Amino acid sequence: MITVLAEVKGPHIDWAGISPLLAPLAGSMIVLVAGLFRGALVQRALVPALTLVALGAGIGLTIWQWEPGDRGTLVSGALTTDTLTLGVATIVFATGIAAVLLSWRDVVLREAGAGEFYALLLASVAGMVMLAAAENLVVLFLAFELLSIPLYVLCASRVRREPSLESGLKYLIVGSVGSATLLYGLAFIYGATGSTDFGRISEAIATEVGIGDPLLLIGIAFVATGLAFKSSVAPFHTWTPDVYQGAPTPVTAFMAVATKAAAFGVFLRLFFDALGSAQTNWAPALAALATITIIIGNVGALAQRSMKRLLAWSSVGQAGYLLAGVVVGTELGLQATMFYLAVYGLMNIAAFAVVIARERVDERGDDIDALENLGRVSPWLAWPMTIAMLSLAGFPATAGFIGKFYLIDATVQGDYAWLGVMIVIGSIISLGYYLRVVAVMWLGSVEIELATPLRRRVARVGGWSPEADVLRQPEVLFVAVVAAAATIFFGIVPNPLFDAARDVGSSLAHLF
Amino acid sequence: MLTIHLSILIFLPLATGLIGAFLPRGLSRWAVLAGSVAVLAYWIAMALDFPTSGGGLQYVTDDMWIDELGIHYALGVDGLNLFLIGLTAVLWTGATLAACFREWDRPKLFFFNMALAETAVLGAFMAQDLALFVVFFDLMLVPFYFLIGAWGEYRRVYATTKLVIYTLAGSLLMLAGAVALGVLSGTESGQPVSFLFSDLAQRTLPEGTQNWIFWLFAAAFLVKMPAFPFHGWMPDGYRAAPIPVLIVFSGVLSKVGAYGFLRIVLPIMPDASVKFQEVLIIVAVVSILYGSILAFSQDNARLVVGYSSVAQLGFIMLGIFALDPKGAQGAVLQMVTHGLVVAPLFFIIYLLGQRARGSELLSNMGGLAVRAPVLAGLFLIVALATLAMPGSANFVGELLILFGTFDSKLVYGIVASAGVALAAVYMIRLYQRSMHNPVGNDVASREMSLRDGLVLVPLVLVILGLSVYPQLVLDRSEDATKAKIAPATEVATR
Repeated sequence: MITVLAEVKGPHIDWAGISPLLAPLAGSMIVLVAGLFRGALVQRALVPALTLVALGAGIGLTIWQWEPGDRGTLVSGALTTDTLTLGVATIVFATGIAAVLLSWRDVVLREAGAGEFYALLLASVAGMVMLAAAENLVVLFLAFELLSIPLYVLCASRVRREPSLESGLKYLIVGSVGSATLLYGLAFIYGATGSTDFGRISEAIATEVGIGDPLLLIGIAFVATGLAFKSSVAPFHTWTPDVYQGAPTPVTAFMAVATKAAAFGVFLRLFFDALGSAQTNWAPALAALATITIIIGNVGALAQRSMKRLLAWSSVGQAGYLLAGVVVGTELGLQATMFYLAVYGLMNIAAFAVVIARERVDERGDDIDALENLGRVSPWLAWPMTIAMLSLAGFPATAGFIGKFYLIDATVQGDYAWLGVMIVIGSIISLGYYLRVVAVMWLGSVEIELATPLRRRVARVGGWSPEADVLRQPEVLFVAVVAAAATIFFGIVPNPLFDAARDVGSSLAHLF
Repeated sequence: MLTIHLSILIFLPLATGLIGAFLPRGLSRWAVLAGSVAVLAYWIAMALDFPTSGGGLQYVTDDMWIDELGIHYALGVDGLNLFLIGLTAVLWTGATLAACFREWDRPKLFFFNMALAETAVLGAFMAQDLALFVVFFDLMLVPFYFLIGAWGEYRRVYATTKLVIYTLAGSLLMLAGAVALGVLSGTESGQPVSFLFSDLAQRTLPEGTQNWIFWLFAAAFLVKMPAFPFHGWMPDGYRAAPIPVLIVFSGVLSKVGAYGFLRIVLPIMPDASVKFQEVLIIVAVVSILYGSILAFSQDNARLVVGYSSVAQLGFIMLGIFALDPKGAQGAVLQMVTHGLVVAPLFFIIYLLGQRARGSELLSNMGGLAVRAPVLAGLFLIVALATLAMPGSANFVGELLILFGTFDSKLVYGIVASAGVALAAVYMIRLYQRSMHNPVGNDVASREMSLRDGLVLVPLVLVILGLSVYPQLVLDRSEDATKAKIAPATEVATR
């Protein structure tokens, strides 16, 4: 008995290595406690400030720990904070900061309580970082739940608004099905390979277990399905428009970008690292999923009036492009996917920031008509939205163009040239709705009739200043302008982003 | 000898556009005009400096832009694009001047878009890297989307959306084709990926690969020109566009498509070009006949010119795909001369519309020449040049194209010659119905103003000048054009 106990000792923990993960976790607890104090100053200034500090510290620690190449594992092979993790973490932290700024004046803080809201946000951030860092099936699942559960609550955090509750419940149910499927798949993979460790799974597939092993194939299929739920890959995307529309818009913005980054982070690591030797098996299936996603997402967006739904469908289509980078299973694919994730984040944050700024002052809420004549009324909002839309559509001189170029490059080099053509076809379809948004803002469009009538009028949402115009919410304007400016900057000078993508690519370089 | 920096030439308009955006409302237009005049002056300096014959690519700029993707920021001028750049500079000056004399809603934004468009077009003509070409090619659409959509007329939003979706569908297919071309030719030759035209022309792709990439490029260029089955956006777009925008759109942008065939498709994919030569010649001939026939059945004066452009671009394409040095030379000359006649034609239509109570329908015009002899005279010169009257540069261009076609594809050449006759029919009809005939009910004829003359007369002078001395273009473009079609003619004779 004594000898057994002696062998069970705590694993060695490299605190510096996991510090980017600890920052949001610690921040979450501190914010939760700080939120217990009911003073207006605490609620409106201290709690958001502490959240920003935690996220800022996360970015700082990420930069400190940034080290290209294979980093090995931490905490007995549970985690790794290589550049892939840190790349995803940077996107998640930056999105978190944007979400804090965007929600700062939002009515959701009064309804849910700033402490709770931001603590959940930070917990979800921690889950996302952990998910990208997972080197082990069990850790993967833990992180997956740590990411998801706070998000279910955040979606429902406008507790007095029915759509928000509906959104939270819908997300909870669909998300749970996704989690269950994922867990089932993980169990199958464990059953087939006898290990929960990514490295050993990969070894086992290469040596003992044939890649045609039915247990393994079922496992891969279920895992892909579970992750597809989370990253809204068709045909598992059906929750996306409803949840995105119902959730408070800052939460939607956060979900759209950060969840996708984390889900694709784990997609990349799990499929490249653990299942890399079975690439010939899963690649055609994922290619089919990517094709379906590109078509369904972009066609679905065509008939939307609600900007949030439109962006939700667009994010489905964009997930299809991202998946194309996973399909090829090459270092270039990994880099292109990470590059596009970063770019995708910038474009969407800019777009959501403008939607938020408008829905607070316009009684039409997130309806596309709320953007009418924005070019004349407030060009400072119209330009970021225009840039975001053009970039999402893949116009040159924006980062979206370079990102698409990179992805197509990766597909062609990975012998999936037809998937590159699919990306292009998806972009062509997407012009139909991205350009409509631009038209409404600049061309005073009244000519284009949409089939779907306006379903519900959204009540005037004002945060602390109902009649606030754009100058009364400078932090939203700041987020929109910075994200849009970065979109243009990386469209013309993409090299810094390419350097980062190359570093990220080096983290799994031993596999290629 | 002064050193020519092509980057200055490209980004000068954009810079003045940005400066204009920060100037007071009344001044922004003059800043942009100054920019386009400066581009013209710079181009003249370059043209004077340009070697009369031979010499290859001049004033080359070649920097790495995106190392990771092998994309260069490479610019250069040779005989092929020298005069297209000149055409751009001339027409943009004319169009900007015409725009300066009119009042616009949100003038800063309008002139900024005009400037951005010039930068994009110049970039597309000068790019020596395929990826850079695609960037500029797509970028052109953004300003025109706004220019037509925000300042257009009849069903402007519908028209601009249709136009952009049509052309961008082609462009995006070309994007896929461009990436595939760069990557596959790199792997095929075992060298790092490069999109430089010079590298791509040396690396050969297997014919099967060329075949599908060829169509991705052809889609982009045929839509842009527009050629017969891809012209669906043209009638709406042309009716909606404001005249200064239409001048550059029809005069210059359509040539980018034809230029793309000569610069990219023929030298880099010679096997596929030869294989599909027949198909594209048929598209060209059908465009000529279809465009000509529709041109003389239109009542809207803009569409007469619009459909005549389809026919003229058909001629240009015929010249290119005759795969014959004479034909290609004719095509290059015709690109320049067609741009030069279309611009004053649209401006004249604008003047006619002013005199017919804003209607641009031929049935509402008539007898305009009575009180506007100078305008009528200028119109006649332009009309005769358009129908390729012997003595005009257009005549030389069409003749060379037909000679080239007779040499290689006699039957198509004969059918296409009908287009020459049809051109006379529709141009004379346009002239007669508007300037002669009984005076229309709502017509208030008057002579054109000094300002109108300032726009129109220089353009007509350029047409006349080129008619007297078409060798200006032919001499300088000969070697470059021959070099571009040489790979394809080699394949054809093999």
